[in-house]
Amino acid sequence: MENLQLVLPEIFIALSIMFLLILGVFKKNSSNLIQNISLIVLLISTVIIFNETIEIKKFFLFGDSFVIDYLSSFMKMVTLLSAFIVLAISKNYLKIFQISKIEYPILILSSVLGMMIMISSNDLIVFYMGLELQSLALYVLATFNRDNIKSSEAGLKYFVLSALSSGLLLYGCSLIYGFSGSTNFDVISSQLNSNEYSLTFGIVFILVGLAFKISAVPFHMWAPDVYEGSPTTVTLFFTMVPKIAALTVFIRFLFIPFQNLIEQWQMILIFLSIASMLFGAIAAIGQTNIKRLIAYSSIGHVGYALAGLASASNEGIQSSIIYLTIYIIMNLGLFSCLLMMKRNNEYFEKIDDLSGLSKNHPLLSLSLLVILFSLAGIPPLAGFFAKLYIFKAVIEQSMYFLAIVGLLSTVIAAFYYLRIIKIIYFDQEQKKYDEDHSLWLKFSLMISTILILFYFISPGQLIEVVSRINII
Amino acid sequence: MIEIGLGHYLTLAAIIFSIGIIGIFLNRKNIIVILMSIELILLAVNINLVSFSIYLNDLAGQVFTLFILTVAAAEAAIGLAIIVVYFRNAGTIRVEEIDKLKG
Repeated sequence: MENLQLVLPEIFIALSIMFLLILGVFKKNSSNLIQNISLIVLLISTVIIFNETIEIKKFFLFGDSFVIDYLSSFMKMVTLLSAFIVLAISKNYLKIFQISKIEYPILILSSVLGMMIMISSNDLIVFYMGLELQSLALYVLATFNRDNIKSSEAGLKYFVLSALSSGLLLYGCSLIYGFSGSTNFDVISSQLNSNEYSLTFGIVFILVGLAFKISAVPFHMWAPDVYEGSPTTVTLFFTMVPKIAALTVFIRFLFIPFQNLIEQWQMILIFLSIASMLFGAIAAIGQTNIKRLIAYSSIGHVGYALAGLASASNEGIQSSIIYLTIYIIMNLGLFSCLLMMKRNNEYFEKIDDLSGLSKNHPLLSLSLLVILFSLAGIPPLAGFFAKLYIFKAVIEQSMYFLAIVGLLSTVIAAFYYLRIIKIIYFDQEQKKYDEDHSLWLKFSLMISTILILFYFISPGQLIEVVSRINII
Repeated sequence: MIEIGLGHYLTLAAIIFSIGIIGIFLNRKNIIVILMSIELILLAVNINLVSFSIYLNDLAGQVFTLFILTVAAAEAAIGLAIIVVYFRNAGTIRVEEIDKLKG
């Protein structure tokens, strides 16, 4: 008998999804109730995982196809907490656009379930099922404001490109299965050796598919359009949560099945990382829409996280996990500010709408200042430390070129972050924005700003938690 | 008579896969064609998996194929629904005219 206790969070979320669907059908006007129940469900599963983590080592379930280890527990907790916050702060936005329906929390729950399965997968089939559960829910979320042409176009583009990337990924999976004779990651890693020439095809296809999912250059073209068109809360979800799961899968693929083939994937990863860092920095300069700008900046940040993985060492993996965690906190703060820019039930998302914000809203602009400085990587804010760990890990493997390109693109990227600060503080002021924000929105902005600002007081805590993740 | 072996099946799958990819990128007319190309890609993967499964004498590949077939059906359903939603807003599904988001 399998130890089902370890998959309790997944089972709990799956059962709650079914229960909430039935509740939504039979009870009229229950969107508020369902949203609250979903928040509680996410919180309870976080607590269950947190309790498990304490005595966890490494467990395999279901014929070695499902793995529970420290990496999976940590990433699942980050996923659940960020989904919780996204759901909590999206209530007002959905009401104003009149899309506060029962499906929204349920779709978020099902995509979170898919991500949790992806994070724990140790088998190609399980991984694929998790990935599809995640993306099918995300297609619908992108189209959620369905009477808006931009939102439906974003959903359409996301659907086409994501389905294409799943196809590429699957083709790679089929080749890997054919050459190793198994779908299990551990068996694959013992069967594969680098002499096999045709294996490179499988690796390339899988890496391309995964790069699509985390929007690394040159497979980024969907990201700006989808981020701009989707409802803002869904964009927030896109920039945070699927990236965690995709990065975990990236780590698992590179360091379990392909651990003997480092020479073959390292060059690909270095290329993806350099291209993403440079492109993210340069393409963001001319943007006028904040959501589009965030899309390009997230492409750049993914480049830094990949640079950590490219160094192929334990420090590299840990530093990219830290980078992603800090990036999520900064993004949360940025989007909270974006959701506060509302006047008479209309949301503003152009950079010009920020001009002179400091005169009317000194506190909001101060936290925006902190977040943008941190995104640009200026000490002593959290974003600086995140980049520092990455560069340290990269230089330890004596990959100086990667580090130099990373530093250069940081400098370029600082230009557009500082330009926004200039617009906030020195440009012509505009009419006041509303100040009746929900408690959750204020809370998330406050927490993220404080975390960024005071990270340097005890950076050891996050490092200590992450340093227990040892893959190699 | 030539014996049909693993190589032939893999070549067939590779050809169908390439037709699917080319179909997505060359197509300038209709989104439905893109949907068909995606299905072609998934079918090519299925041919690959089944032939490997027979060759390796291992059932996992065929199980994988059944999962892919199921997911492909769900994906097609959601894709068609999104296309219908888009058509109601824009009044067209020509690929060239999907350009509201650009920057």
